[in-house]
Amino acid sequence: MSSSNFPKEKFRWGMLLSDTRYRGTSLQVITFIIFVAVFFWLVDNTLKNLALMGKDVSFNFLGMRAGYDINQRLISYTNDSTHARAALVGILNTLVVAFFGCVIATIVGVLAGILRLSKNWIVAKLMSIYIEGFRNIPVLLWIVMIFALFTEFTPAPKAFKGDDPQASMLLFDSVAITNRGTYLPIPIMGEGAYWLLICLSLSIISAFYFVRYSRKVKKDTGKGFPTFWISICIIAIPCIIAFFVFGKPISFGYPYLKGFNFKDGLHLRNSLLALTLALAFYTSAFIAEIVRSGILAISKGQTEAASALGLRPNKIMNLIILPQALRVIVPPMISQYLNLTKNSSLAIAVGYMDVRGTLGGITLNQTGRELESMLLLMGFYLSVSLLISSVINYFNRSFQIVGR
Amino acid sequence: MTKIAYVREKGIPPSPPPLTEVGIIRWVRQNLFSSWFNGILTLFSLYFIILILADFIPWAWGGHWQTKSLRECLDLDPNVACFSVLTARWKQLLFGLYPAEEYWRPTLTFILLLLSIVPILVPKYLKFFWFSAIYPGLAIWLLWGGSFWSVAIVYIGLIFGFATYVILSSKFLKTTSMALSASIVLTVLFYLFFSSLLVRFLSFLLPINLPFVDSLQLGGFTLSIVVGVSGIVASFPIGILLALGRQSNLPVIKMICVGFIEFIRGVPLITLLFVASVLLNYFLPPGTNFDIVLRVVIMVTLFSAAYMAEVIRGGLAGLPLGQHEASASLGLTYWQSQRLVIMPQALKISIPGIVNTFIGLFKDTTLVSIISLRDPVGLASTIRADSKWNGIYWELYIAIGLMFFVFCFGMSQYSQYLERKLKTDN
Repeated sequence: MSSSNFPKEKFRWGMLLSDTRYRGTSLQVITFIIFVAVFFWLVDNTLKNLALMGKDVSFNFLGMRAGYDINQRLISYTNDSTHARAALVGILNTLVVAFFGCVIATIVGVLAGILRLSKNWIVAKLMSIYIEGFRNIPVLLWIVMIFALFTEFTPAPKAFKGDDPQASMLLFDSVAITNRGTYLPIPIMGEGAYWLLICLSLSIISAFYFVRYSRKVKKDTGKGFPTFWISICIIAIPCIIAFFVFGKPISFGYPYLKGFNFKDGLHLRNSLLALTLALAFYTSAFIAEIVRSGILAISKGQTEAASALGLRPNKIMNLIILPQALRVIVPPMISQYLNLTKNSSLAIAVGYMDVRGTLGGITLNQTGRELESMLLLMGFYLSVSLLISSVINYFNRSFQIVGR
Repeated sequence: MTKIAYVREKGIPPSPPPLTEVGIIRWVRQNLFSSWFNGILTLFSLYFIILILADFIPWAWGGHWQTKSLRECLDLDPNVACFSVLTARWKQLLFGLYPAEEYWRPTLTFILLLLSIVPILVPKYLKFFWFSAIYPGLAIWLLWGGSFWSVAIVYIGLIFGFATYVILSSKFLKTTSMALSASIVLTVLFYLFFSSLLVRFLSFLLPINLPFVDSLQLGGFTLSIVVGVSGIVASFPIGILLALGRQSNLPVIKMICVGFIEFIRGVPLITLLFVASVLLNYFLPPGTNFDIVLRVVIMVTLFSAAYMAEVIRGGLAGLPLGQHEASASLGLTYWQSQRLVIMPQALKISIPGIVNTFIGLFKDTTLVSIISLRDPVGLASTIRADSKWNGIYWELYIAIGLMFFVFCFGMSQYSQYLERKLKTDN
């Protein structure tokens, strides 16, 4: 009798649930059937509801005339433009808030995170108050509060009028903060400005190559150049020369008071400023905590070992602590950027026209295309988020500690 | 023999440390002025603090509490706070449009909420967990009113299901899964066919009714707490299941969980709330129209469940593989090992993240103001729309902000305490 003669087990239906060999598969089949059933139920309901309301699913509305105005826009847009154009204006507005919000949040957050670890008691406590205050109060409240700060506590443009004005412009009469928004000088491109831009980009590229070269020299010989200062010179000197050679092609248009309002200059509306700053400060509190925990995660032994090797404190920070801390800091920081971008949809609270305000707001209400608008809106946010998570994944893959 | 002229027999008494090295001066030197840079930072911070306090304290301290409108405040003294808006409208901020003669109900619900949390937070009182279990039903009945039995029937059904399971598994059916499926089927049948009859019978026998309150009358912090607490309670188990599903080696289940989590995390909560308020009618059978607060709670729950799942997944990933293998080699089934070995450790690792998700959820309840529910932030604009209080900002915002701060900061402090308490490594 050979050992291959196992007793033949008879298959029973009960084994589908009780036998671990089959249970996984049968569970999956059941789940899949339920999932498909629910999906079709939802689709069926939607079709029935649409039929009842006499609607259909069509994206033709995107090509129709929008008929509403958007006061803050980056690209040309009138109320004769299409809904698709309005959505694009909204998307750009969202991205503007997201970009500047992320930049400010990173700067403030990193500073606050480092200062919270400061040995200076009063600074550390102040930063704790800042961080805990922003973290524990809803961002919506911060947005409306900062908006109120801008609209209620800044002077009206007419306060700048007269020989003895109640309010004055800042920074040599170039910046005016009013309750209708902030006016900044705007760069005006004259003839030859493009040559200047080309010159600038060329010198940045050459500075980039110089940095690579100096790193290589440093690696090979151990001796380097003062890289930072030389690359500053490489960027600045040709640009300054070109600026005068081409006859000062870039000038600034300063805002000035005319009638009851400021003319010229770059007009930043209060809604944009309040939204950006509120989101930036709110997110900076989270970034500060990420930075702090990232620095604390590097064990003290690393610092001590580095100083035992004779490295100076700034070298220890740059070569030992930061590269390790960044590995901990960067992924959650990027997901905070994602949160900021998603939170920018609260723009509606201050009347800033982001993509939710145009596509998911006025367009939706005017055309009555709830389903299509929401699908497009969610598609936009989803693609942004997938893009950002793929960046995180790429970072994690390329910077993870190589196991021994 | 050499003569010793002088030998000191007693040591010199230690001289007191220099004045700069003791007490408060030492502390100041070490913590505030340890270097010139720190000194500048300290002076700068002090200047900043004084600047703010010099404005804030006189403003808040002299504030008016008893005027009838903002106009009166400004007439009395325009440079101080006008807290009268809180005196006049605090009931609205707490209860929204809840009928005034029924204020005891949300108040009682809140007090019972605090009581029901105690068994969960303090292990000593774990034997009172039954109260935490019946609290959700009690709270729903207290807040919305109606017949007591229509809520109690849910619990009666659960007891019925459990009883059938115990009887079936001990007497009739041998395998657990058979008894479980049979009792689930029986319970569903009970809810479908028998429950309404039983409710009518019990209401006839012993009518316990509270006046019905519509969801749209809920508001203020009552609404925030209702949405926040139900979201927290419901999202936790769903989050655990989603996390397990994402770690599962069954591809279909894994795919569904990953798709759900990534979708929810990819869109802003406000679009989901918008779906709840506008779009949900498309997806449900024609004619269904259910409660707006319930819809919001469902959306908030799904939203934070996805975040919770990611946090718990992080905890699961932090556990060494040996734990899974060891529990499997002890002969534990999947659910046993999850319950006894994996989850207790994974949840402990992820406490900070879990509590952060809770805090985020509680703060996100303010977003319901955008779909025109009357939460505190929404009420603030309602109050400002009143001609008596038109133009008031900080008094309201500070009050609302403080309330949120107390709750959220309390939660985060508790989580830090819990972390320290559960810390087992050295």
